[in-house]
Amino acid sequence: MIWAIRHRGPDGFGIYRDQHAGLVHARLAIVDLAGGAQPLADQQGASWIVFNGEIFNHRQLRSELQGLGYQFHTASDTEVVVNAFDAWGMDCFGRFNGQWAFALWNRHDRRLLLSRDPTGICPLYVREHNGSVSFASEVKALLADPDAPRAFDPRGIDQTLTYWGAIAPITPYKGVEELRPGSYRLYTMAGRTDGMHWSPEYPPSIPQFRGSLDDASDELRRRLIIASQLRVSSADVPVAAYLSGGLDSSVIALLGHGASRGPFSTYSIRFDDEEFDEGFYQRMVVARLDSVHHELRVSRRDIAAAFPDAVWHAERPVLRTAAAPMFLLSKAVRESGVKAVLTGEGADEVLAGYDLFREARIRAFWARRPDSPVRPMLFDRIYPYLAHSTPRARGMVHAFWKVGLDQAGQPGFSHAPRWRSAAALKRFYAAPFSAAVAAAAPPDHLDSLPPSFSTWSSLSQAQYLELTTLLSPYILSSQGDRQLLANGVEGRFPFLDRDIIDFCNSLPDSYKLSGLNEKHVLKRMAADIVPREILERKKQPYRAPDAVCFFGSKAPDYVRDLMSERAVADSGVFEPRAVTALVSKMERLAADPIKPATTADNMAMVAILSVQLLRHHLLTTPPTPPAGQLAFDVDVSFLSDSSPEH
Amino acid sequence: MDRDAFRSQLRTFIAQNLLYSAETELDDSASLLASGLIDSTGAMELIAHVEATVDRTFDDSDLVASNFDSIDRIVAFAVPAEG
Repeated sequence: MIWAIRHRGPDGFGIYRDQHAGLVHARLAIVDLAGGAQPLADQQGASWIVFNGEIFNHRQLRSELQGLGYQFHTASDTEVVVNAFDAWGMDCFGRFNGQWAFALWNRHDRRLLLSRDPTGICPLYVREHNGSVSFASEVKALLADPDAPRAFDPRGIDQTLTYWGAIAPITPYKGVEELRPGSYRLYTMAGRTDGMHWSPEYPPSIPQFRGSLDDASDELRRRLIIASQLRVSSADVPVAAYLSGGLDSSVIALLGHGASRGPFSTYSIRFDDEEFDEGFYQRMVVARLDSVHHELRVSRRDIAAAFPDAVWHAERPVLRTAAAPMFLLSKAVRESGVKAVLTGEGADEVLAGYDLFREARIRAFWARRPDSPVRPMLFDRIYPYLAHSTPRARGMVHAFWKVGLDQAGQPGFSHAPRWRSAAALKRFYAAPFSAAVAAAAPPDHLDSLPPSFSTWSSLSQAQYLELTTLLSPYILSSQGDRQLLANGVEGRFPFLDRDIIDFCNSLPDSYKLSGLNEKHVLKRMAADIVPREILERKKQPYRAPDAVCFFGSKAPDYVRDLMSERAVADSGVFEPRAVTALVSKMERLAADPIKPATTADNMAMVAILSVQLLRHHLLTTPPTPPAGQLAFDVDVSFLSDSSPEH
Repeated sequence: MDRDAFRSQLRTFIAQNLLYSAETELDDSASLLASGLIDSTGAMELIAHVEATVDRTFDDSDLVASNFDSIDRIVAFAVPAEG
């Protein structure tokens, strides 16, 4: 199994095995380069751990544990986790500030504990079969077992074509579960126990911050400096930063630079397509940072070529191509010798930066006077193109946003337009797959909201839905962790620091979204840090050229092969003739520079192609990456204690 | 073009370019926006097709949901009843 995920930890391998369990680990060496090999045991040799991620406050916890009499033999955070669980049991999770997925096996009690960090940065998948349990950081390791089922789970596909991602524990694959973010699972001889150790809470479930906006800005700065320092200073290798040219990554790069002891590197994507390129702003921040800057230029052809690799690593259908440039960027990072980067991921979720939050606010305002011709004009404020470039479209754009206006105040109101657009892709389902979806009855995420959800403000409700449906299921999975570790680079996300999330969740709505001004308190905090142009620029979501990459004279062969009627029929998810009609239309449009493809067609093309890639590469025996067959050439660095139990 | 011919042609266009299937039934009164069949960019594609079919250019103020949100509405707007 380990060969399938060796990209996550190319620096070393280790195996533990006893009569009942086996643990295998692929190591990315970032902390305690000499002594941090895994699997690692406690002092008695009873508990063994495999651990992915990092506990950023491990030095502080180590001191506390030493005060309790624990002795340490390595400088690694992994040993801290083992002893922390021994000392504090399940309460240890609340003391961890970090990103993790780990398995802790106690050979005496025959007890297996699995745990995952609060927001689901590090992945963890489980397969139960014939009384045994397999687990791994990625699905492909579980599918390396020849006996594993190799089929899509209609529930996971159907959830993806609504929320953009399958919601844990559901995955797109039959027989494979994903451990929920913020949860743990305990297997004992008596059975299985699932529990949550963290979930997002908002006022009035938690006390609201009572200070002024300036107080909040000062506190946010204090916490962000600590969060950045923890993520830079806790590593025994240089930590660099991704720089998109937006506010979030600029703040993090500047704070990371401040915490760094030596030269600081930054990495940016440049697009040949001007529409997506942010080079002007990136260079502005680089000038202030004086960093060692690396630019990776990405063309449509590059995206098409890298897309199969990106999907292989995302292990899920994707609705946009944005994962492909992220795959290429982490490759460039690793090739330059760096294996840990800071990014600005998470700010849009915890500080209400996405356009979706502003759209929801306008729609709620409009819903109070649905016949008002003036209220929908507020959309011009967040989409200036409405007022300038395509006035003809305005009426129907407003009509699009007006759908479901009578649902204002209901759970999911904020996300209904996004979910409606994604769900329209289901019209491509083959009839038997539609029937399978209906029979499997995918759960509605809105049926599993926490009891306190109804007491939160509408902005908090929208933020909760964004955290639980998009952050881990799509953003971190398809563009974050999976694309970073595809090339052995660990991402570190100060905005997803537990102290930052808890603090931001406690803030009054107006400190986050003031009118239609997003990330209000962050802009206040950053006013004397980042260049003014960065602060005042219109928010530009990270996007890449989509379906247009897959057509034209330089289109790669795999597109035509996998979108053929035969290949589509073989997958069984989509109706072959419908896909052929879509592809024909996209080919026509690609040849006509005047007529761009619609948003819906772009999304359909990317989503269907990604499902086809998954079927072709992941659901084979064994899983076969796009680059070709992986050889089983793992060098095992050491073998752990394998003596039988007494 | 008479109404029936226009309706038939419109249904074919929607089946081939929005539904991508001749087999999926679409009610002529169903909302194209609420069903997710068209979003803001898809609406412009549809309007451009209707304009080309009837050989007219509509006023911007007419490009609203009450004229374009279903097959019935498009037919009534683009090919007004005679007399």
